[in-house]
Amino acid sequence: MRIAIASGKGGTGKTTVATNLAAVAARAGRDVAYLDCDVEEPNGALFLRPAVTETRPVRVSVPAVDADRCTACGLCGQICQYSAILLMGEQVLVFPSMCHGCGGCWRVCPAGAITETFRQTGEIQLGRAGGVQCVQGLLHIGEAMSPPVIHQVKASAPPAELIVIDAPPGTSCPAIEAVRGADFALLVTEPTPFGLHDLALAVEMVRALRLPLGVLINRAGIGDSRTQDYCRAQRLDVLAEIPDDRALAEAYSRGQLACEALPELAGRFERLLSTIEGRVRGASRPAGAPR
Amino acid sequence: MKELVVISGKGGTGKTSIVASFAALAAGRAVLADCDVDAADLHLVLAPRIVRRESFTGGQRARIRPGHCTACGKCEELCRFDAIYSDGPGNGRVERTFRVDPIACEGCGVCAWFCAEGAIEFSPAVNGEWFVSDTRCGPLVHARLGIAQANSGKLVSTVRTEARALAEQRGLEMVLIDGSPGIGCPVIASITGASLVLIVTEPTVSGLHDLQRVAELTRHFAVPALVCVNKWDINPDQALQIESAALQAGLQPAGRVRYDRAVTAAQVQGRAVVEQPGSASADDIRALWAAVERSLQAGPAMIPE
Repeated sequence: MRIAIASGKGGTGKTTVATNLAAVAARAGRDVAYLDCDVEEPNGALFLRPAVTETRPVRVSVPAVDADRCTACGLCGQICQYSAILLMGEQVLVFPSMCHGCGGCWRVCPAGAITETFRQTGEIQLGRAGGVQCVQGLLHIGEAMSPPVIHQVKASAPPAELIVIDAPPGTSCPAIEAVRGADFALLVTEPTPFGLHDLALAVEMVRALRLPLGVLINRAGIGDSRTQDYCRAQRLDVLAEIPDDRALAEAYSRGQLACEALPELAGRFERLLSTIEGRVRGASRPAGAPR
Repeated sequence: MKELVVISGKGGTGKTSIVASFAALAAGRAVLADCDVDAADLHLVLAPRIVRRESFTGGQRARIRPGHCTACGKCEELCRFDAIYSDGPGNGRVERTFRVDPIACEGCGVCAWFCAEGAIEFSPAVNGEWFVSDTRCGPLVHARLGIAQANSGKLVSTVRTEARALAEQRGLEMVLIDGSPGIGCPVIASITGASLVLIVTEPTVSGLHDLQRVAELTRHFAVPALVCVNKWDINPDQALQIESAALQAGLQPAGRVRYDRAVTAAQVQGRAVVEQPGSASADDIRALWAAVERSLQAGPAMIPE
């Protein structure tokens, strides 16, 4: 089962929720993996502290042009939608950081002058933290495109029975790449106007992906009640609340897992996990099957 | 004309709340721009009255015309983004035709180019909207990326270009930009060529880790940057550690803002905290703004080594 933890707004507590869900599952002896798909700013390892046992490069396709074979026809520049390859005078120029690796240029080149090569834009780290198998991606600084790294994190997931995906913030390509293919999306928000506004965007994103979803309200007690009102109006289930608590914020600031620093919270994460698992199993049960 | 961009690396450190206060302090002198296009929040505080609205096209999108598809499978074979699947309706010639998943489609056009039947349309996609608005703090350029749409970097560039043009047209001295979290495409689009970046961080292990990556990014693109620790008193030791890490990375600490519930209370009221009477964090933000303005005036001397 794959559970994605996402949010529109950054800093609402995705990593807190994802790492604690993984930790309580491991404590219960479950076969669990944690995937840090926030490859621009991965933070899960600061809390789970895995020992990294393997590193793999993430490579993306880029064209290489053989100037001797090139006839300067310019077709490569015409097919490319990203301004990553173009003909300047008699010479073809390649801008690797703009390339999406679609393969158009080397397929269209009538002279066979363009070949596919690869360049590294990030890396994947695999390791283990107690009972949690950990995979994290790291986008190299200065690279613009995180989705290929996120894709590779997901492809590197061990075959665990429970996979917790820590998604990046936002509602565009990186968040979508992280969340798609999950069995359930848990949206973490805070009850403030900014939190609510971005929650509504994230809900639309998850609905566009046609995934079952639930909401977790973090820092409950701050802000106002409009988030609850919205969830009711949209028939979204608030599966858990985590109260606003300075002790929790301080534990987070030191890199402590909430379920260890404040043991009374462990039960809340255990219940949340079983609620989500119950929903996914319920949804996948064939119609008419006994409960 | 100067461009100040506020970013954070880590999300939720308080960028937008600080930008809203800066907007109030610079009222009448700046054009405001919200470049966090896939989760834009600045408008929630600035209550804009939209005066211009434009649709945004960042790229093209493929669509298979079912009546023309012969289900040869070439497009599925060529697509690198797993965006083509075959459960579309059939036609007179074949039982099932192919379809494009608009969310997975990267708009490369390879399928359309190589389709022997000419069955694939490839046309501009509307990816979002951008707006020019009036607010109590001055003009605001903002945007909304459509749900599950790509090309956020291009939309950021559009917002920045329009904001600069507006500042020039109205003779305003600066553009104040709210950026997005992370270090990827929208962040790169928001900082390249800017006069100054302010990185808002928080005194946590994540804040420190993410600051180091975003500091490397500003160095990579040779943009001078300042650092502010927001909610510093949540963990004073960590705040100190962040400031010394910032100095080591060649970034100047510009100020600290204390943890203050008045910030959220102001947000609920649709105000910036400096617009509310008597809060301690508002004084911190005023001091921070003074330091940032000094650096903006000082200009190129701030470029790190």
